[in-house]
Amino acid sequence: MDLLNALVALANYILVPGIAYGSQLALGALGVTVVYGILRFSNFAHGETMSAGAMFAILFMWLFQSLGITIAPLPTIVLGLIPAILCMIVYLLITDRFVYRYYREQKAKPVIFLVASTGLMFLTNGIIRFIIGPDEQRVSDGARFVMKAREFKQLTGLNEGLAIKTSQLITVLAAVAIVVALFWFLEKTKSGKSMRAYSDNENLALLSGINPDRVVMIAWTLTAILATVAGALYGLDKGYKPFTYLQLLLPVFASAIVGGLGSPIGAIVGGFVIAFSEVTITYAFKKVIKYLAPDAWAPEGLVQLLSTDYKFAVSFVILVVVLIVMPTGIFKGKSL
Amino acid sequence: MTYQSRVYLSFGSMAALLLIVGFFQSWSVAFAILNLCLISSVMVLGVNMQWGYAGLFNAGVMGFAAMGGVAAVLVSAPPVQEAWQAGGAGIVLSFAIAIATAVAVGVVHWKMKSGDLAKFAVITAIIVIGFVLYRMNLDPAVEAIEAVEPAKTGFLGGLGLPILFSWAVGGLLAAGVAWIIGKIALGLRSDYFAIATLGISEIIVAILKNEDWLTRGVKNVNGLPRPVPYEIDVQQSPFYQGIADQLGVSIVEFSSIYVKLCYSALFLVVLLVIFYLSEKALKAPWGRMMRAIRDNEVSANAMGKHVTGRHLQVFILGSAVIGIAGAMLTTIDGQFTPASYQPLRFTFLVWVMVIVGGSGNNLGSVIGGFVIWFFWIEAEPIGLWMMDLITSGMAPENALRLHLIESASHMRLIMMGAILLLVLRFSAKGILPEQDRQSHR
Repeated sequence: MDLLNALVALANYILVPGIAYGSQLALGALGVTVVYGILRFSNFAHGETMSAGAMFAILFMWLFQSLGITIAPLPTIVLGLIPAILCMIVYLLITDRFVYRYYREQKAKPVIFLVASTGLMFLTNGIIRFIIGPDEQRVSDGARFVMKAREFKQLTGLNEGLAIKTSQLITVLAAVAIVVALFWFLEKTKSGKSMRAYSDNENLALLSGINPDRVVMIAWTLTAILATVAGALYGLDKGYKPFTYLQLLLPVFASAIVGGLGSPIGAIVGGFVIAFSEVTITYAFKKVIKYLAPDAWAPEGLVQLLSTDYKFAVSFVILVVVLIVMPTGIFKGKSL
Repeated sequence: MTYQSRVYLSFGSMAALLLIVGFFQSWSVAFAILNLCLISSVMVLGVNMQWGYAGLFNAGVMGFAAMGGVAAVLVSAPPVQEAWQAGGAGIVLSFAIAIATAVAVGVVHWKMKSGDLAKFAVITAIIVIGFVLYRMNLDPAVEAIEAVEPAKTGFLGGLGLPILFSWAVGGLLAAGVAWIIGKIALGLRSDYFAIATLGISEIIVAILKNEDWLTRGVKNVNGLPRPVPYEIDVQQSPFYQGIADQLGVSIVEFSSIYVKLCYSALFLVVLLVIFYLSEKALKAPWGRMMRAIRDNEVSANAMGKHVTGRHLQVFILGSAVIGIAGAMLTTIDGQFTPASYQPLRFTFLVWVMVIVGGSGNNLGSVIGGFVIWFFWIEAEPIGLWMMDLITSGMAPENALRLHLIESASHMRLIMMGAILLLVLRFSAKGILPEQDRQSHR
């Protein structure tokens, strides 16, 4: 029986990665929710938008590194975020101008937007591979760890170490900062209020003199900020590979739907629900059980509920259960 | 331009393109392209039922095509006796447990009052116990099976039947998956349906890549039997030697073309049968009802049409056709390679075919399958040639030039994305627009 070591192991392998991954998913799902609330379609290109944002951040990171500008101990990619966001705002406004605006004027069905966004998804993916190539890029520089496993062991005298990567700490801090800023914007500013009004009732908002073009522009700007930060943080945490963002689409959408599509709070809660389920179900509990149970009970296998190859099956199953039990999600987003 | 002349012109141009490849590249290449065009057309007919007839956005074509591929393995691969002896019983038992668990959950779900906390607890308990028992039986069986000559087999194998049966089985498997997904996600918003199909296709491919006992995973299943003769047998037969001599071609070239022609004939039969049935269905009252539902769900519902039920029906039918095409594809490849199931190749490309060909028009689907497959194959040479042209002014070792030429293969993604967006925007009806009944009179 060694409760303390078991708890530390759980924190190291589930709590810390879960919080970091949950923050990334929450930011991604917030982007999906903003587009859904204002433009009223599910943006399949969102995964690639995140990827493109991360790519721009990496390109600017290389530029800054070659100029010798670094902000050690923080990774340089953080510095690249601001110009990357500006690039993504321009990119999203261009795609809106040439792809979505036409269908908006035609008042096309949501499914047409969906098909168009799928086309954009592959176009964006092609452009990304064209510019940066299909290979993995290492993006972390500066100090890798805030707390190393060895330091933690020396500090506490426990067998298990607790490691916190710089990228994880930055992820959580950035996510908190962005979410606070977003809610402040939506609740307190005039533009934010006009966005919520437009999302709630388009016709009434138009009657009250809200300019729809402006609302759409702000929505894409917010999406660019959310997607770039989410994509770059994910790349910083797990390494940047262009093809992983297509697979990220499922957990991101599952987060948004589980929380309730169109509800910002729901997107955040959904992100953490999905992240913790995924991390918990694919974690091998052998170590923890060894600490908790008597030696004779030590399990032979890894006690892993599902291999990590099936991690998106977890988000899918949660999605299916939510669709069956409560299709509007936890926070009663707009549905049906 | 009238519709008739559009049909003749489009099919005529396509035939001319294939003939050009035949005369200038080689006939073997031309028939290889033709065979894949035929398979693509079948797959597109399936997606067209879902999108063109009913307006359902199936983002998981890849998964249904993969079900067809699995069917080819399960039907035609020779059974591995040692593997069955080692772990067959365990696999069967664990699946019996899985089914029993599902049935138990269903019974509890129907019998107990909904919204009850006790019901939730009972269902959770059944699932947990079922899962533990399932894994306790499955894991050792899987380990035993995968230990049987892992370099050669290491899986259960199939039934050892002729591979042609797998085309029907592939359709059935895909239809089964479609039934489950349709039951869950149809009747909700169209986005939810799209996400659900996207998710299930990713999961299917993940299972095929990782469950080595079933499909050998990324080790691939090679040497699936063929429905047509092998080149080597043709070459050794005096009968074919005589024909080749009369035609004045070498026996090697003759055998290669002869085998491809046999495939073409088989695929053409399937394409014609499915095309005939789709046209019949579309022209029948059923097809008119589907289009009425697509164009106005509310009024179709008011007219007493069961919208969700019809959607489920057409989704299952379309997925079955995709499954058949998937099995045909694995048949011509002669091997099953789970890693080759990429969303770009299987979901997105088929979508581009449907939209470019003309949503809702079966002839359009066929021509879409032909045209897009042709350019998909030729895109890489064209892309390379263009990059070479653009950069011809630069020095041969210029970094930009090298980067551009290296990236020519990614041009496919950009090109297909651009084609989809352009056609959807400027010519949403496609090459052969949908025909309503009046215009036939």
